[in-house]
Amino acid sequence: MMFKSILPRIHGLFTVRNLVIAVPMVWLFALAAAPLLLVLDISLAHMNITSVSSLWHWADDELTLKFNFGNYLYLGDDSLYFKTYLSSLKFAAVTTLYCLVLGYPFAYFIARAPAHLRSVMLMLVMLPFWTSFLLRIYAWKALLADNGVVNQGLAELGLVTSPLHMMHTSFSLTIGMVYAYLPFMVLPLYATLVKLDGRMLEAAADLGASPFKTFWLVTVPLTKRGIIAGSLLVFIPAFGEYVIPELLGGPRTLMIARVLWDEFFSNNDWPMASAVTIVMILLILVPMALFNRYNDETKLGDKS
Amino acid sequence: MAPVIANTDPDVLLRIEGVSKIFDGVVKAVDNVSLSVSKGEIFALVGSSGCGKSTLLRMLAGFETPTSGRIYLSGQDITDLTPYQRPVNMMFQSYALFPHLSVWENVAFGLRRDGLRKAELAERVDAMLSLVQLSKYGKRKPHQLSGGQQQRVALARSLAKRPTLLLLDEPLGALDKKLRESTQFELVNIIEQVGVTCVLVTHDQEEAMTMASHIAVMDEGYFLQVGTPDEVYEVPNSRLVASFIGNVNIFEGKVDEDEPDHITVRCPECTHYVGHGISGVPGMNVGVALRPEKIQLSAQKPNKAHNWCEGEVVEIAYFGAHTTYHIKLDTGMNLKVQQANLTRKTADDLTWGDRVFAHWTRDAMVVLTE
Repeated sequence: MMFKSILPRIHGLFTVRNLVIAVPMVWLFALAAAPLLLVLDISLAHMNITSVSSLWHWADDELTLKFNFGNYLYLGDDSLYFKTYLSSLKFAAVTTLYCLVLGYPFAYFIARAPAHLRSVMLMLVMLPFWTSFLLRIYAWKALLADNGVVNQGLAELGLVTSPLHMMHTSFSLTIGMVYAYLPFMVLPLYATLVKLDGRMLEAAADLGASPFKTFWLVTVPLTKRGIIAGSLLVFIPAFGEYVIPELLGGPRTLMIARVLWDEFFSNNDWPMASAVTIVMILLILVPMALFNRYNDETKLGDKS
Repeated sequence: MAPVIANTDPDVLLRIEGVSKIFDGVVKAVDNVSLSVSKGEIFALVGSSGCGKSTLLRMLAGFETPTSGRIYLSGQDITDLTPYQRPVNMMFQSYALFPHLSVWENVAFGLRRDGLRKAELAERVDAMLSLVQLSKYGKRKPHQLSGGQQQRVALARSLAKRPTLLLLDEPLGALDKKLRESTQFELVNIIEQVGVTCVLVTHDQEEAMTMASHIAVMDEGYFLQVGTPDEVYEVPNSRLVASFIGNVNIFEGKVDEDEPDHITVRCPECTHYVGHGISGVPGMNVGVALRPEKIQLSAQKPNKAHNWCEGEVVEIAYFGAHTTYHIKLDTGMNLKVQQANLTRKTADDLTWGDRVFAHWTRDAMVVLTE
């Protein structure tokens, strides 16, 4: 009786629809959720010289679960971590802001260009991706170094007598970050700007709005999605960026990914590194969740 | 060249003087067009797509600058003013409502630009919404409204600033047929209530005829004819106008006699005896335009020398209120005849293959030289 009623249910699980959904679900679990759970597991463990302790222990018919919250508590104790998170957030925010300020006119210009030029311009935005990321960051080193191209040029023009110190400062770091992440801002902005109905702008002008007012009251609100998507695409990876701060940042530039690296490879403290990671992910999840909520809200309104 | 203010008739609100618009140096969208629109009237620009009517409207709104010519509004030259400097508002085709703003804010948008006091602004917006019967819908977003409601929001938005001139770009184009008819009257009512002068662009000649007091028929950037709806319909000045406005049969022939009280035109199908005059030289090539509803059908041969012909019914389209017959004449010409269905349909009504006589009176047709 029971068996009979369960059987069709089990059978119902193997529909084509479920199988199709299962592929990305399995993929996501294996490559995103499972490693993350592993990190969570390690973050609650101890370091035993070379190996990580197990969270559970079976002895005398007793299962013992031991969670070590010490790593998390230590994150709160040592102000270095707090400062580093804050500094990472600051650099990510500044990078996002510069990318937005530079990227918006950029995307606007491309979206307004004649249709046959747009794809060429988009190609030019993508062009840097054709060379290695590392190579491009190293190139900035050559440009900004004390005896680099920029300083040589300035000296030759007689604008400076001693070279400007630009490398390994927050200046060089910001330049590198903005440079690397600008395309991630331009592309989603372009996608919303190119869809912007020109008649909306005409309607605003017709109702007496100056071009500046039209921009603020119509263009910006109607491209809000692109602004948010672009900002997240820049902010999230910028927050956890390791390579650019390592190569262009100063020795005292605090970025969380460098702390992470040190915990893993210098201190060999995997549980601590994992705890740092978990907190970092939580910090990123907040803006992500806000964005998703906004997206859902606007989707509800998008019935027409 | 200094603008010459020739006409200072106080009734004229909008004057267009020799306006042309050439795109990319070659495409003449509007070609030397002049026009006067009186205060308080609804003026329609009709024509098929690409005839230049929309370009002309966009020049009135300020979205396009004329290549040459001037535009005067209330005697003031507005040719070089930007859209946001003109006391002109437009109701856009498919409305262009701001999707991120509520209905109330859409209507308030233009008033906010004028820096109105809060209380006055609210009063004006509320008045506009009640004028279009949407007071209850102020908080909704445009996409939450039906097509007809959106159209009314667009109207309220374009009227809110009390423009001197209201431009309507295909105002009913996005509505379905049934709704279009009722909305037409509603729209005219509201416009007349407000008393605003209106220039309307439409490809739908019926819409133009019912709404407008004057019509300009456009083709390839020219005005073919400007007149009242009945002038344009009953006395078209060219074959193009006759066939664009309504249905028409055009017979091609030569003037036979030209007398003070009539002319006759000899066509392969029949001889037309036209009771009103054009003066033409005998032998001149002309067209005789005859509207389908001005023709009678009968089974007996008419007892007169002119203004009838014979043919076979090849097509019948029953519309309920009237029926349209296509009569194939012996010359091969297809004559459209529209008959009001004065009685209920019976079995001995005309049917396919019947031979019939079509006849009409001496005042039914118009002689066209162009």
